[in-house]
This record gives sequence, C-alpha cells and structure tokens, in this order.
Amino acid sequence: MKLTLKIWRQENATAKGSMHTYSIDDVSPDMSFLEMMDVLNEQLMQQGVDPVAFDHDCREGICGACSMFINGEPHGPDRLVTTCQLHMRKFKDGDTIHIEPFRAKPFPVIKDLVVDRSAFDRIQHAGGFVSVNTSGNTQDANAIPIEKTNADKAFDAAACIGCGACVASCKNASAMLFVSAKVSQYALLPQGQVEATDRVLNMVKQMDEEGFGNCTNTGACEVECPKGISLENIARMNREYLSAKVSG
Amino acid sequence: MGSNVTAAWKIHRQGAYFANPCFTQIHPTCIPVSGDHQSKLTLMSESLRNDGRIWVPKKKEDAVAIREGKLKPIDLAEEDRDYYLERRYPAFGNLVPRDVASRAAKERCDEGYGVNTTGEAVFLDFADAIIRYGKEKAHIKGLDENDLSLVQKLGKEIIKAKYGNLFQMYEKIVDQNPYETPMMIYPAVHYTMGGIWVDYNLMTTIPGCFAIGEANFSDHGANRLGASALMQGLADGYFVLPYTIGDYLADDIRTGPISTNLPEFEQAEQRVQAQIDAFMSNKGTKTVDYFHRKLGKIIWNKCGMSRNATGLNEAIQEVKALREEFYKDVFVPGTSDSFNEPLAKALRVADFLELGELFAKDALERAESCGGHFREESQTPEGEALRDDANFTFVSAWEYKGEPSEAKLHKEPLNYENIELKTRSYK
Ligand code: SF4
Ligand code: FES
Repeated sequence: MKLTLKIWRQENATAKGSMHTYSIDDVSPDMSFLEMMDVLNEQLMQQGVDPVAFDHDCREGICGACSMFINGEPHGPDRLVTTCQLHMRKFKDGDTIHIEPFRAKPFPVIKDLVVDRSAFDRIQHAGGFVSVNTSGNTQDANAIPIEKTNADKAFDAAACIGCGACVASCKNASAMLFVSAKVSQYALLPQGQVEATDRVLNMVKQMDEEGFGNCTNTGACEVECPKGISLENIARMNREYLSAKVSG
Repeated sequence: MGSNVTAAWKIHRQGAYFANPCFTQIHPTCIPVSGDHQSKLTLMSESLRNDGRIWVPKKKEDAVAIREGKLKPIDLAEEDRDYYLERRYPAFGNLVPRDVASRAAKERCDEGYGVNTTGEAVFLDFADAIIRYGKEKAHIKGLDENDLSLVQKLGKEIIKAKYGNLFQMYEKIVDQNPYETPMMIYPAVHYTMGGIWVDYNLMTTIPGCFAIGEANFSDHGANRLGASALMQGLADGYFVLPYTIGDYLADDIRTGPISTNLPEFEQAEQRVQAQIDAFMSNKGTKTVDYFHRKLGKIIWNKCGMSRNATGLNEAIQEVKALREEFYKDVFVPGTSDSFNEPLAKALRVADFLELGELFAKDALERAESCGGHFREESQTPEGEALRDDANFTFVSAWEYKGEPSEAKLHKEPLNYENIELKTRSYK
C-alpha cells in the first residue's frame, strides 16, 4: 500500500505546530498503525529528518500510551481498539491519513504526537486506591462474597486503561468517563467502601482543578473508548457524588 | 522507551550480582511471525490451552497445501491431524508446561509441518470444545443434542464468555475468525526467570539496595507458572519488604537527609552525561532500531528455545561485534536537551547489548537442560530435557567486571532440605 500521511509536527509545548505531509510506500495491510509509524520514522531518519515523536509502550492495548487522533477519531476508525491494535488493513491503498495528537487543554503537547497526561495520574493519586491490611494477617480475598453482577461491572470498569480517548473525543474535553470508571471499580466492591466518600469527592475535585470540562451527555466518549467503558459509570459516579455530598 | 531491564542492569553494573540470566521462558501461545515489520509477537493467554487442542497435519503434503492456501484446516479429516502434545504426553496433553509445549511446536515446525506462510505456526483449535460445551448446555436445557447448528451456537456462546476478549484480539491482529477456523500460534520469548540476585530479605549484593518483584530472581527457579509475576509483586511488596527494609533502615534512623553534593552523585551524573554526549556527537549511519533488531535475531536464533555450545559461542562473538559496531556507527538524531525518543532508546539498547552477551555466556556455562533452558547436548533419547543435578544444582550469580565476557561466576548451591529433587514426567 502507498499512503499519504499528514502529521502534526510541533517542536515542544510552546512552539507553534503545523501539519506536514509525508508519503510512504510498501505498507503491509498486516502492519499495526504503530509499526507503520516505525517504518515512516526509519525512512525519515535515513533522509535526515527528525522522526515523529509518538507515545507507545505495551503495543497490545493494555497500557493506554498510544494516543493518536487519526482521521478525526482517537485511535482511528476501528472500534474497541487502541492505536497499537489498529491495523493498516482498515485503510485503502492511496489513502490520505491525518494524524494529530489528542487535543485538550489539560493534555499539553510535549512534542509532535506526544501529550502530557499526568493530569490523569494526579486524579488517580487523589483517590484511586484502597486500604489494605499488611500486618501479615491479610484476609483471604475469596472469603468476602461479592454479587456476580457487581463483580462483573467492577471488572468492566477496571478495564479502563487511562488512555484519554474519552477526553480527546469530547467537545468539552470532559474526563467524566475516565474518572467514573476509576470511581466505579471501587464503589462496586466491598474493598472500596473504606474511602468511598472521600474518593469520589477528591477525584472529582482534582478533575475540576485540572481543567477538564463538564459532561453534557453527548456520549462520544463511550463510542471512542477502546475498552468499551459504559456511560452507566458516569451515572453511578454522579450518584456516589451526590450521596457523598449529602453525608459529608 | 519502556524497558524493564534497565534499572536491574544499571545496578548490576554498580555491583549487584545478576542471577540465572539464561532461564528464559518461551511462551507457546503467541501470534506467529508474519514479517519483518512486526514489533511484537502478541501473547495470547495461556488459559486458551485449557480448551484448545494443538495440532499440525500428519502429512507434509497437507501442511504444504495449507501453507499455500490450497487446503483449509477445517477441511482436514480428523485422522489426518497430529495432536502431537496429546500423542507425546498423554497424561498432560495440551496442558504440558510452557517449555515442553514450546519445544514440541518447534520440533514439528522444524520437521516441515508448520501451517502458516513462514512455516512457523501450529493450530490451536476450539472446534471440539465448542461442540462439547454446546452439547452440555443443550443437555441441561433439555434441547436437542444432535442439532449441530444449535449445539455450535450454544458452544460458541460459552467460548465467548470465557475467552471473548482474546478471540477479539486475535481477530484484530490476524484478520481471521477463531470461532470458525483454528487459531495459529507459535512460541515467542516471554519472560526471564533470572534477575538481580537477592538474599532472603530481598537485598542485593549492594548493601541497602533492595530489588523486588520481577527485577529479582528469587521466586522462580528455572521455570515459572502463569501469574507468578503478580504473585511475586504482591508477596515481595506486601509481606517481605515492609519488614526487611525497615529493619535495615532502623540503624540509620538518626542519619538525617543525605546531601546530593557528594562525589558519588557527581560521578553518576558525569557518567550519564558522557554517554549521552557520545551518542549525540557520533556521526554514525545506522539507526538504533537496526541494532536492536539485529540483537534480537542473534539471541532468538542462538540463545532461544534450544541452545548448543557452537551457537552460543557464536552468539557471544556476534553480540560483542554488534556492540562495537553500535558504538561506532549508531546515529542518534535530534538534541539531548529536548524530548528525544531515539536517544532514550540508544541508552536502553546499549544495556541490552551487554545483557544479551551475559545471557549467552550463562547459557554456555550451564551445560545441562533445565526448565526454560534447553541444551541440545543434554537430552534424553526421546528428546526431553535432561538435568544434571550432580554438577548444576546451583544459582549462577554473575559479578560485573567491565566487559560481559569478563563477568565472574559465583555459585550459590541449592540445598533441598524438605524435598527430594526429582524429574517430572509428563508422559
Ligand atoms: S474511559 Fe475509555 S477512553 Fe477514557 S481513559 Fe478509560 S479506556 Fe480510555
Ligand atoms: S501501546 Fe499500550 S495501549 Fe497501545
């Protein structure tokens, strides 16, 4: 396959960025999108051009690093995949592909396609943990019965990889889907009850401080989320928040 | 660039012994190689072997026809299939340990029975499991167990509930539907059981430097089980370290903060800066990836699933030569004071180029087969791994002496007090 790539290049956080055009031949449909980018970078370096900076780590959909806004969608046209799991067979020979970083005020660009998502880390630090007993007399986890539907829902919420696609797809740059997944995975389990009240209040507070926008129920996040996190989590978080406010 | 050996290698260079590098786990259920572009042979969960049956064609001509796309695997009659794990290991079948399953796949493919275009893949087939589960379900529900399409529908639902995410992952990568046609898998490197040598308190040979979790060697022997990395992280972090590190630090309770204006800090900074400067001013012609890939090929081919003295000696020489070429001819673009991925990678690959040689050196030293380490010279007449307990019942702990070839071996004998060393049979 031959492709034309229009890629956002930006030297650093303060520099002005712009789209640059590159062409690439010999793309195999079996390549993942990141492997195609590897080939491009190899080609650029041979030509003495600075390679395109992009984030990646696990390359199997579990770390959430590979943020790219491809043809107007976070992680590109395929559903329920991250960029590293997107394959070139989803494109056609001769296609022009637009590649940009995830755009949101709380995710400043570091270079080219790499953005700083440490805002998510700070939200996690505000409440994404549970208290456990490390005295050596730890209770066997299986000794606490958990309703199957709750276990399943907590598991589904815990599938969130913190990629930020929900923020990038949202016209308000809201982080509600992410935060609600993190709140839900604990709210649904007995282990999460100790910090339940503080957790939701602190995480929402941090989210607001980071400058993420409000949720207006557009639902774009749910469509673009590579892990299929459901909007139901946002409703759950709102309930948790309300009851925390009332009781707190 | 993410790298989970860097920290371990850095402290090894500062005096922490590195234990058992040659014990490498090869995972039997990975996505096969499809070309040179692949950055990763994604690991499919081992849980798939609970229900999947592994096979290749019995006849070479069928394997060739499948490779060329002239024959579909589902059209191959039952009697023309070789369920080689069930055949060789009737007691454990498809559930033999990873090293055994991996070598058996390699053996079949080396003999010419591989089923994808590269000839390096075997089938992992769920057709029987689908029927079995479907019949059970139909039976429970009082439906017709002989209605094949109903049984298949019910069976697929159960397989989906168990492995849906893995099947989806496979389909995205390979573009084939594993509910309809068997998966293709092949072994790939997964994990090294070796790591930084630690004592029972998880302290390395550098006093006060502790290593926990996957970075150390402590909980695994020559092999490991699924999820043991998680187990080790929890055991080390929850149960061991909270006691031992406190005990160590207790003596220093009045020491107070340590100034960073000490020569040690300065030397460390200078060392890193010098390495960065060397990379940035090198006028090389080849990218970091070129060396990384080349190193991977040497290690996979000569220090991979099965090893022998000739290959290992070659690997040692080749890695050494590659390391020299790397320092002479690597090209790192950009600047050192901005975000620079190729520079970060060069710093990591520099370490891999040393570690790789130590891998091969340790594998050469251990002239027995044991767990993840298979030496062709040490096998039974049936081709099974043959341990040599009289000579090799020890942990190899390597001390850094500059060049990896100079590394000094310390042997920690393994004394079994409560159990007797045995060889397990999977037959
Ligand atoms: S909710 Fe989905 S899109 Fe948002 S961070 Fe989590 S995985 Fe990514
Ligand atoms: S690189 Fe980890 S999710 Fe894509």
